[in-house]
Parts: sequence; structure tokens; C-alpha cells
Amino acid sequence: MEKSNINKQALLDFLKDGKRFDGRKENEFRELTIEYPVSNKAEGSVRVRLGKTEVIAGIKMSVGEPYPDSQDSGNLMVTAELTPMSNSDYEPGPPSIESIELGRIIDRGVRESKFIDLQKLCIREGELVWNIFIDLYSVNADGNLLDACAIAAISALKVAKIPKMDGDKVLFGEWTDKNVPLTDTMPFVITFHKIGNKLIVDPTYSEEEVSTGRLTIGISVGKEERIHSMQKGKPEPMTVEEVEFCVDEAEKKAKELKTKIDKLLK
Amino acid sequence: MSKDKNERAIVVPGEIVSEDSSKLPGENTYKENGKIVASRFGVVDDLGKVIKIVPISGVYEPRRGNNVIGIVTDITFNGWLMDIDCSAGGFLPLMDYPRFVNKNDLEEHLRIGDVVYAKIMGVKKKGIDLTMKQRGLIKIEGGILIKVNAQKIPRVIGKEGSMIMTIRNATGCRIIAGQNGLVSIRGEDKDLELLTIKAIRFVEENSLTSGLTDKVTEMLTAELKRLGKKPQIVPQEESFGEAEESSESKDNKTEGDEE
Amino acid sequence: MSSYKKRFDGRKFDEMRPIKAQVGVIPNADGSARFSFGNTIAVAAVYGPKQLHPQHMQIPNKGLLRCNYSMMSFSVTDRIKPGPSRRSQEISKITEWALSSIVDLDRFPSAVIDVHIMIEQADASTRCAGINAAVMALVHAGIPMKEMAASVSIGKCDETIVVDVSKEEEDYEEGEAATDMPFTVLSNSKKISHIQLDGKTSIAKFKEAMHTALKATEKIHEIQVKALKNMGDIIEA
Repeated sequence: MEKSNINKQALLDFLKDGKRFDGRKENEFRELTIEYPVSNKAEGSVRVRLGKTEVIAGIKMSVGEPYPDSQDSGNLMVTAELTPMSNSDYEPGPPSIESIELGRIIDRGVRESKFIDLQKLCIREGELVWNIFIDLYSVNADGNLLDACAIAAISALKVAKIPKMDGDKVLFGEWTDKNVPLTDTMPFVITFHKIGNKLIVDPTYSEEEVSTGRLTIGISVGKEERIHSMQKGKPEPMTVEEVEFCVDEAEKKAKELKTKIDKLLK
Repeated sequence: MSKDKNERAIVVPGEIVSEDSSKLPGENTYKENGKIVASRFGVVDDLGKVIKIVPISGVYEPRRGNNVIGIVTDITFNGWLMDIDCSAGGFLPLMDYPRFVNKNDLEEHLRIGDVVYAKIMGVKKKGIDLTMKQRGLIKIEGGILIKVNAQKIPRVIGKEGSMIMTIRNATGCRIIAGQNGLVSIRGEDKDLELLTIKAIRFVEENSLTSGLTDKVTEMLTAELKRLGKKPQIVPQEESFGEAEESSESKDNKTEGDEE
Repeated sequence: MSSYKKRFDGRKFDEMRPIKAQVGVIPNADGSARFSFGNTIAVAAVYGPKQLHPQHMQIPNKGLLRCNYSMMSFSVTDRIKPGPSRRSQEISKITEWALSSIVDLDRFPSAVIDVHIMIEQADASTRCAGINAAVMALVHAGIPMKEMAASVSIGKCDETIVVDVSKEEEDYEEGEAATDMPFTVLSNSKKISHIQLDGKTSIAKFKEAMHTALKATEKIHEIQVKALKNMGDIIEA
């Protein structure tokens, strides 16, 4: 369905009263569910639902040479696909800019927060390290894929197990009971959308369609809160107060999500 | 054929719906070896001589005479291109706009993103011709636009518009339901607008259940109580637009019969 | 005498792995379904019929059915790099042909029906699981068709014909080794809309495999129908 001027105006009017079409408040997330595993061939895989949005994160590992500038660390690679099956607006073909941006934002969050202790993924310095791949797929895209994918990536890493090795060879399909070495800093991504002069979290697809500005904040919560990444998207500028509001809210939301995830993954 | 938990016989393509060789194959069926076979997923409608399948899913199939809600996607030299959410695009010629339109002023009347309630005049390979030159067909302003599965619209409208009236008399909102599944809701109170959407979604999800009007009334009464509001009965003269819908519901009255 | 006397997982020769089917799993799609043979899980979404852009791709008197099959990177033990492979492109085309036999494309001139299939977990017979999910999704989307279709892989391990080949059976090496034969059979006419063969087999054994497929797909069809009539429920068999 094409965008209509009606809903754009209606959303603005509703938000003036602090209401959204599904009854949520501006700072409310939809119901979160986490299921795993999705694939018994993955080192770890998780299906996350945020309202009707559904995404899958899968972790695969292999071994190889380290990068020249990180001889003592494992390698991390994050890819994302906004699949055509998840929304009629996504076309098959090479990765869209949205897919690329999503993958890179999640990558920055995971990498800069040092959530994965990449040095512990070093087998022999300068020669052999673990490669860890996080692949993200949308199954039903009803808004806020970014935040949902971050939750999925974190959860998948938490449940993943390291494959067995025979000397320097990985025995794909066989696992040790060792978890991926993780630190305490869970790198969430909280995205804010500007509609009118209101800022909402966890937008549905139709809310995203009418938003004019977007600010994504990668923030990790654990022993302390640290911002690891930020990305402003869409053309509408934001005031300094709006950015500060987002950063403060992001901390609150990330803490709420951490509590939820810890409970769901028990 | 088998009855499912929703009490109506749902059939799948390829399923035999009647072995009675005197029956005639109606819509979404075909005859083979003297038997009537379904060619679409839906519920069986045995009208006596003719058996047809009423679809319960799938995209809207445009028909001449249907009233639909369209969104303007482009403006040409002689009209507006419309999205009516189906497999072909719609076109509203400037001649079919209810006011005189100067060739240079198309945008003054309808801009991209504007919403109209229009009638399908013809379904051609190159597109669907629309008109607004009939009583009740209007440019839709304000309110909220939602998308409902087009196959459930007859239920949302109800026999002679009865379901819409039931919802309207509870929430006071004006409801215009396009046969293509787009529905416009407008009221004075945001909570009542949201309640209207909830009621429509309820009908959509329970479309195959019998006694649906009672269930909807029950739901609306409970919700109004929770919101602390009274039912907003609307006088008959004010319910414009809905009178047009009753002629649509004639084609699809079989689902409304369950009331 | 065949060297393959007992199946690796203990199944009878004509026994399929446990099947699960569920319709309506992707709310955005016009039709969707998930289908699994044992550990092989496929999900399919159908969008359409809808307008086909760009216009020059439209076929004036017929609709277009486009199919795209892909595997999630972690669906197999050795990660698949995201993106189309030659194998996934071939399977996409085969699936398109298999489904075109049942969809009446003349009903949708200039329109397109998009079928998307993704494999969440792979344990042999992925293309068959994909086709089974796609057929349910097409029906769910209200696409008119005279009959449905069901797909199954028939294998030959040495001289033994087996139904619903497992990964281990695909790798069987003794005697005449493994021959993999996926079939798609139409539910009413029993016509074949898809055949592939990879291995070494006598003509007689091939015919036996084909007839075995006719029986096996009947059972699959029953499950597809049950899933459609009980929308949203996970049907197991």
C-alpha cells in the first residue's frame, strides 16, 4: 500500500496526545519473544520477535589466518539481509543500502563494545584464529529491524557453542560445551524515530514510513553504560536537546532489554 | 470437504465439492468428470443450482461497479494515477472528478498521497478506470486509513451495511470500507477511533464465525465500559456513504447471511 | 541383492521423516507457510498477484511467476556465503517450473506472483521442502489453481529405493552408490511437474522410484491440506 497523507497526519495528531495506533506510548517497546535454536547446524541461532517483526540471527565459526593488523585476535564479520519474503518493498538481488547499513551498525556495536573477547578466539598468534560470522535475516519486517537484529545478535552469541577441532581442522557439526568468550557489555541498538516533533521507539513499518528523522544509538550495558556507535538517518535534523533525550532514553531502554533477555535466555 | 473449527466448510484447490452432476460450476470452481471441483482456497457456497467458492484470502480482484479507496501515486496531463492495492493500477480521469478541473490545476484538487473513495467503471488490461461522479464518492480527509484483507470486507460491511452500523453506533466514527480492503475511519475521539479499528480487526479475524454481530457488540460494550464512554448512536440521516455500500454487499451477501 | 538393507535412521524404506506444516507464518505476505521433513525446514512467502514493474517486463496476455530460493548461511554445518549461488539459481528455476504447472497464469495478464523460499535448516531434500511450503503459500494467497502439488525426494542406495532421502543416504557409496531423485507430483491428475536425477540407475529402478513418489506425495498432500484448513496450527505427521 502506498503512503497516504492521511496516516501521516493521523500519526502526528495521535502522538500529540502521546498515543500510537496500537495503543503504545512513545517510549514503549512491543512484546519481545526469543526462541532458539533455529538451526541445529549453527554454532548458535535465535529467532527474535518484536511485535510482528521477526528476525533470525545465526552464528557460524571457522578458522583461518588473522588480519595483518590484529595478529592476536579472532575475526568478526556481520552480514544482514532484508529478505524479500519479509516485506514486499524488499527486492531480491545484491544487498540493498538498508541491508548494508544494518549489518554495519550491528557490527560496530558488537565490535566496539568488545562484547566478544576476540583475543580469546586466537588459537596461535599470527597463524590461526577463529572467524566468527553473525548473519542476520528478516523473516517479517514490521519496523525496527535494527533493534530486533541487535537483540538477536546478542542472544545468538550468548547461546552459541564453539565447534570441536581435530588438530587445526574444525569438525563442523560437532560442538564442545564451551561458549563463545563474551564480556559483560551487551551491545544493544536503540533507534528513535522523529514524527512531527515527537520521538518514538520501536516503530512499526507504517510509523517508520512517515518518520522524517532517525537516530540509532549503539549502547552497551553491563558494569557500566557506554555508547559505541551512533547513526543519524533520514534528512530531518534534530536539536541538541532531542539528541540528549535519545541518549538518556537509550540507556533506560537498553537496561530494560538486558533484564528481559537475561530472563528469556535462562 | 470438512468442517474446520470455524464452523464453515473450507476447501482447497483440487478438492471435490459436489458429486451431483446436475449442479453448475460457479465462481472459483470447475467441472470435471461430472464433479464440481474447487479452484481456490475458500468456503463453499451452495446456492442451489450453482456452487461457488467464496475466497477467504488473497489480494483484491477488481470488479466493475465496486467502490474502492485509492491513493494518488502520480499526476498525468489528464488525470491521476492511483494505487488501489491490487494487481493493476487505477486511473481517475480529470473528467471523472466531481468538480470542474482545469488541465493545469490537477494538483490543486488531488496531490500525491491524497485518498479518494471512487467507483470502478472498467477493468482493462492496461489498468482500472475510476470515477468519482456519483453520490457518496468523495475525497477522504482526516481520520485513519487501515488495510483489511479484501476478502473479509463483505463481513466488515455486513448485510445491508449492518456490521458497520453496529460498530458506528458504538463508537460514533464514520467508516468507509472500500471493496479493495482499504477502510477509512474518522471520529471525534482518538480512543473511539482506535476502538473502531479494534472492532474491524476483530471481524476480520473471526470472519468465519457465526453469531459474529453479537460477539462484536459484546466486545464493543466491554471496551466502552473500560474506556468510561457511552455508545454514540448515530442518526440514520447522518450515515452518508454507507448507503452505497449496501449495493456492494448484495454481491457478497452469502457471508453476511450467517447473522 | 542390495547392500542397503536397513536405513541409517531405522526408518522403513517407504517411511518419510516426521513432517511439520504450518500456514500463515509471515503476516506481511499474501500467503506463507513453513514445511519440514525431519530436520530440513523451509519457509515460503508469496506476494501477488501484483503490478509488475518495470513495465517492459510485463507479458501482455499472461502473468509472470518468479521464484527465488536461497539458504540461510547457518542452515548447513559449513557456512554458505550469503548471496545467490549457481545451485540456488538452478533450484529457483526448477521450482518456478514446478509451480507454473499448477498456477493459471493466464488469469493475471501483466501481473506478477513472487514466491520466496528460504531454508532455515538443511538436512537433505531442501528443494522438496521448499516446493511443499511454496504450494501451501500459493494456496493461502488465494492463487487460483486446478490442483495442488507435493514434492518428495526418492533415493536409491545401491539397489534399494527409499523415500525422503537423508543426508547420510545421499552420501551412500556401496554398490551402485546413491541416486537422488526429487519429484513433484500434482495432486489430482498425478502428473509430474518436476523431476531431477543425480546418480546411476537402471530404467526399471527409475520407474519404481517414480511410482513410489506418487504414493509418497499423496501423504504429503494430506498434510498440506490439513495445515491449510487449520490455519496457524502446526500440523505434525
